[in-house]
Formats: sequence, C-alpha cells, structure tokens
Amino acid sequence: MARITMREAISNALWEEMERDERVFIQGEEVGVWGGTYAVTKGFYDHFGEKRVRDTPIAETAIVGSAIGAAMTGMRPVAELMTINFAFVAMDHIVNEAAKLRYMFGGQFTLPLVIRAVSGGGRQLAATHSQTPDAIFAHFPGLVVVSPGTPADAKGLLKSAIRSDDPVLFIENATLYQTRGEVPDDPEHLEPLGKSKVQREGDDVTIVAYSKMVQSALKAADMLSEDGIEAEVVDLRSLRPLDMDPVIESFKRTNRAVIAEEGWRSYGVGSEVSSRIYELAFDYVDAPVKRVAQAEVPLPYNSELEQLALPKTEDIYRAAKEVLYG
Amino acid sequence: MAELITMPKLGFDMAEGTLVRWVKVVGDEVNKGDVIAEIETDKATVEVESSVSGVMVKLVVDEGTTLPVNAPIAVVAQKGEEPSEEELKALVGEEGGEKSKKKAKKEEKPAKKGQESKKEEEPEAKEEEADITPAGGVRSSPLARRMAEDHDIPLQKIDGSGPRGRIVKKDIEEFLEKGPEPEVSKSERQVSLPAFAMGEIPEDQVVEMSRLRQAIGRRMQDSNQNFPHFYITRAFKTGALLKLRKELNELLPEEDKLSVNDFIIKAVALALRQYPNLNAVIEDEKHIRRFGHVNIGVAVAVEGGLLTIVSKDADQKPLRLIAREIREMAGRARDGKVKNEDIEGSTFSISNLGMFGVDNFAAIINPPEAGILAVSTAQDVPMVVNGEVVVGSQMKATLSADHRVTDGAEAAEFMRVLADYLEEPKRLLL
Repeated sequence: MARITMREAISNALWEEMERDERVFIQGEEVGVWGGTYAVTKGFYDHFGEKRVRDTPIAETAIVGSAIGAAMTGMRPVAELMTINFAFVAMDHIVNEAAKLRYMFGGQFTLPLVIRAVSGGGRQLAATHSQTPDAIFAHFPGLVVVSPGTPADAKGLLKSAIRSDDPVLFIENATLYQTRGEVPDDPEHLEPLGKSKVQREGDDVTIVAYSKMVQSALKAADMLSEDGIEAEVVDLRSLRPLDMDPVIESFKRTNRAVIAEEGWRSYGVGSEVSSRIYELAFDYVDAPVKRVAQAEVPLPYNSELEQLALPKTEDIYRAAKEVLYG
Repeated sequence: MAELITMPKLGFDMAEGTLVRWVKVVGDEVNKGDVIAEIETDKATVEVESSVSGVMVKLVVDEGTTLPVNAPIAVVAQKGEEPSEEELKALVGEEGGEKSKKKAKKEEKPAKKGQESKKEEEPEAKEEEADITPAGGVRSSPLARRMAEDHDIPLQKIDGSGPRGRIVKKDIEEFLEKGPEPEVSKSERQVSLPAFAMGEIPEDQVVEMSRLRQAIGRRMQDSNQNFPHFYITRAFKTGALLKLRKELNELLPEEDKLSVNDFIIKAVALALRQYPNLNAVIEDEKHIRRFGHVNIGVAVAVEGGLLTIVSKDADQKPLRLIAREIREMAGRARDGKVKNEDIEGSTFSISNLGMFGVDNFAAIINPPEAGILAVSTAQDVPMVVNGEVVVGSQMKATLSADHRVTDGAEAAEFMRVLADYLEEPKRLLL
C-alpha cells in the first residue's frame, strides 16, 4: 500500500497491464514522445516503444475507429482522448460501433477496448473544453461507463476495464489527478465494473456521487458530522451498468438523499438515480431527493464565474441540510 | 384566459347538485383552492374550490338552483382581464362536453366534505417540489404514511414538522414515543361537573349552524313532513347472538372483532332480500324502484351532526368483511376524512344507539329510502321462557317505514324474519 496520486495510480495500472499482456497498447494525441497531456504516460514510450505507445494525428475519429478495429482483431487497445469534449468528434464510432458491434454481429467479435477521456471543468478551458457530458455516454446500452472518485478505485477499475472484453469509456476528472490516497501495490488489485461502493458510512442522509463529487461529498460529510449529522457517501463508480443496490440499501436507512454530479442537472445522473430511488424505495421516501449539479449555462471562462457555476462541497452540505429539513 | 368552473361530480352516482350558497361574488378575488360555493348533493353539503386563481366575473346560476354534473356554474377571469358579456356567454355556452368533464374531475379531490376552507397562504411551488395537496388534505411523506399504516395511527392526529406541515418519519416516531392520548373513561365522564359555580348563569349563545347541521335539518324536515312514516317495534332475544359474538371474537384478531351492530347489518340485509319493498325508493308518482343491491347505511355520530356510512352488498359479504369496512369508514367519518364512496348508495339505513343505554326510539327515514331501523340497547330483562320468569338478554328495535311503499303487515313480517336471523344468529354465518 502506498499513498500516491490518482495520476500515478492510473499510470501504474496502465504500466502493469502492458507488462502483463503484450496485446495491450496505447494510442492518442501526444501520449508517446510527450508523455501525455496530463503526464499519465510519461516514460511509457521509452520503455514500451513506439509500436505500443502510438502518437496519432489530431483525428479522434481515427483514434477511436482504428482502436475498434484493433480490438475486433484481437488486440486490447487503450485509446486516449485528450478531453471528453473531443469524443463528440468520434461519436459515431463510440455509440454506433463500439457500443453495438458485439451485439450486431451476434457475438462473433468481442471488443476489449478502453477509451480514456478527461472530463470536468474548473481549469479555465472555457465552454467547449470544460464539459462533463458523462451522462450522455451512459445513455447507450453496450457501452460500459466508468469514472473513479479515488486513486485506489482508479487503479482497480482501469485494470478491470483493460481486462474486460467489452468497450469501456474510462472517464477521469483532471482536477483529481493530484488527489492522493492509499493504493494497493498488488498487480492483481482489481475493482469490479458496475459496482457502486460505500466510501463513508452514516445513518442520517445518503449522498450519492461519482468522480470528483465523491471527494466533495466526503468533505461535505465531514462538515455535516460537525453538526451531528452522519452522512453515508455512496460512490457510483460506474454510470453503466448502474448499481443501485448500495444506494437503496443506504436510503432505506436514511430515507433522505442528495445526489451530486459535476455535469448539468437536466437529464443527468442525478435525474436517473433519483428516479430509481422513487421507483425502488418509494415507501422509504421521507423527503424529496435533492440534486446538486452544475448551473445550466455553458461553463464561463472567467475564473470567478466558472467556480460559481460548478457544484461545490458547500452545495452538497447545504442540500443535505435541506433534505433533512434542518 | 377566463376559466369556467363547473358542477363537480362527487361520487359515481351523483347526477346533479344544488348550489346552496355562493361564497364568492362577482368582483371577488379568487385564489386557487378558495371555496367559491357550497353545493348540496343528496348526501351532504360540500364546498366547491376554485381550480384557478383570478377574479370572479360571472355567477352562472342563482342560489338554490339544481343542475347536472359538469354544468357551468361560474367564470373566473385573470386579474385585469375584463371579458365582455358576449365572451362570457360564448364561454358558458360552448364549454361542456369533454373539457368541462375534465375540469369537474380536477375539482373532485379538493372539495372534500366537512373540510374547513383552507385560507392559508401557500408559497409558490419550488422548482423541485410540486405543490400538491394530497387526498385527505394531510401532507405526509410516503415513509410516514407507511409507518402510520403499520402502527394504525390516523395521520390526522399527527402534527407535521416538515415543509408546509408535512408529516415525516420523525413526527411518527415522536408520536409513537409519546403514546396515544389517554381516553376518558365512561365513569369519569359521568362524574365530571360543569365548570361554573352556582349563581353564575352563562348568557345565551347564538351559534352558527354548520353546513352539515343545516343539511341534516333540511333532509330530516323533508322526510318527516313528506314521507308518511309508520313505526313497528319488536323485542329481540339477544342471548344467542351475544354468545356467538363472544365465541367468534375469540377466534378473530383485534382488528377484525365483530360488534353487535355488524350482526344487525347482516341480518337486516338478509331480511331485506326477502322484503324488497323495504329496499326501495319512490321513483315517481306511479313507480317504485326496488333496488337490486342491498346497501345498508349506518348512521355515525360525528362532530356537529351525523353521517351515514354504507356497507355495500351487505347481504353478500361475510360478517368479518362488513365489520372491517364499517370500522374503517366510521374511523374516517369521525376524523372528517370520509370518502365519497363511504357515504353513497345506501338503500336502507340503521341507526344504533345501543351504546347509550336506550330502551327504545324511532328514527326518521333517511330520504329517499323506504325504511330505517332504530336499534336500542341489548340488556338483561326478566322474560318468560316455558312459563317461567327467567333473566335473558333482549334488545328492542323500531322500524320506521314509508307507507307509500309498504304497509304494516309487510313491515311486521320483515321484523319477524329479522328476529329469525337475530335470535338464531348462526344463520348469519351460512
């Protein structure tokens, strides 16, 4: 067990899997010689060579499309999109091919493809490069959508994603790269895809979150604890398949829930989760579920405004107080 | 846009209603949910709430008018809007059909009987939380409702601490911790004395009659003046019935225990099957309608008056089901939360004052029915059995019957058959 950053955890996962299985290779913009825009693949090019760490043109359609072809023919590619905002360029490949090929060919192919993409705002990259469109991708059956909230989960989930025979969109939040946490050294440290996890236990209110909002939720839970309120924080980890069991189990005890996501509220993760709570635990509802999300505007470039538009720890804290009628 | 308010349909057999009183007049500001008028059905007087906010611009009918369900009764316009006479006419004329039917339905819920008009100012609904007044008028969370049901607590007894008085889990838990309010025992009630001392004579009080009081008055006066009543009293031996009841109740869970009245409902229903003339109404001058269903109305004392709850198809139902339904409906009636279906469709009624130590009394027929049975207290009396005077249990009941529909001999036969059932109560179980 070592206390490392999420960047290191992701980097370790890639390194270990490439060492373990020579079919695993990386391709994307600036992943090789430069070492990755976020330095996740630093040193990989020198160690694994240009065949397994492939710099591509600035052409997301080609990055994803060729990775799909490679996966269909037996390789296990990890395609990197510099930001998830560029995934829109490759949308047809992601949702019409990656998500559907195995199904439409009657199972003749598997698609052991991982697409890594950086999501989230807060770094003054302006409206088109700061989005959190995770829910859009989770809409499509056939695609596994994962987004870790802690370094340990990042490592365990990415390794599972690489070993999975289905296409996985692995979404990383750039502002979490420096987040530190205890991460097992064990090269067989795997976290199951499609399983939510309780990151903090409590009996008074359930906070459901994923990715960066897990960290905010844990901080909000500490603030609530000072007020005598013990929040349970459930980390979804995968948006598809969505594992509601720990959420429902928790909600049946707390009867109150807040769902936090960095993306926009409308048609978002909170909408889906709250709807399922009402469907699965209606008789346990003691107050309307609250959603914490980004303001419904294109994210501003101006730093002050950008921070105002993004959901924060205080928003989760306040929402928890509200659902508790406190 | 001016909106039409129509006569609401309050129950499946309601065809028309009488507009008894306008609460709002032309020019009055109307908020959604405000009571705008009182209407009287053949069951009760109920308040009509406005489904829209605005200003009352037209009252379509005068007080005292009877009109069919969905017929236009008023027009509410938005503030500042002044529809012309032609526009109003067009609105009142062209509406009807499907649109007003829908509207009437919408009003069904808020216009609960016996519910005081809600004057509270309600804030605008928040984005996430729709402003819904639930059926029964009590706000509660689904969890609170389930807990209340599990513990058999009427929600009306609980003060809600949530937004706008919503009852939440905490309130139920606190209620359970506190325990139910102690009930005043009979003997305590009897020894309690008036609070004032000798010499202090209170002044006369003039109190307003509740709408329920007024409705009871009108209906009873109508019945007593216009229905030619005659009365038949008979004593029933109740020893066997009380014994059977005791035996059965030992087998039944608390919530299913049978009352003497449940036996009487069943017996009356079965006897009515044999005497359909008493399960009837005057249809018109030349016709009597003998009902196919036997639905027994049971008078329940409520604050300020009484309501008649209805055990439907009581001749068909097992005693246990009759008992359970009556208990639930009576509970709702006393809590002022009676449902329309609880009080509609009765074809014959029973008034039971057995719990008050009454020897005998006669009731006024619940119009438009043909008869009502007034049931008194079962008590131990000396009675002659095989030439010997012994102590036995006996209960008197008096049938009031409408002489336009039936005659003394038939009514007396009905009472004899009723005695067969009550004195050999095993027959009620068959």
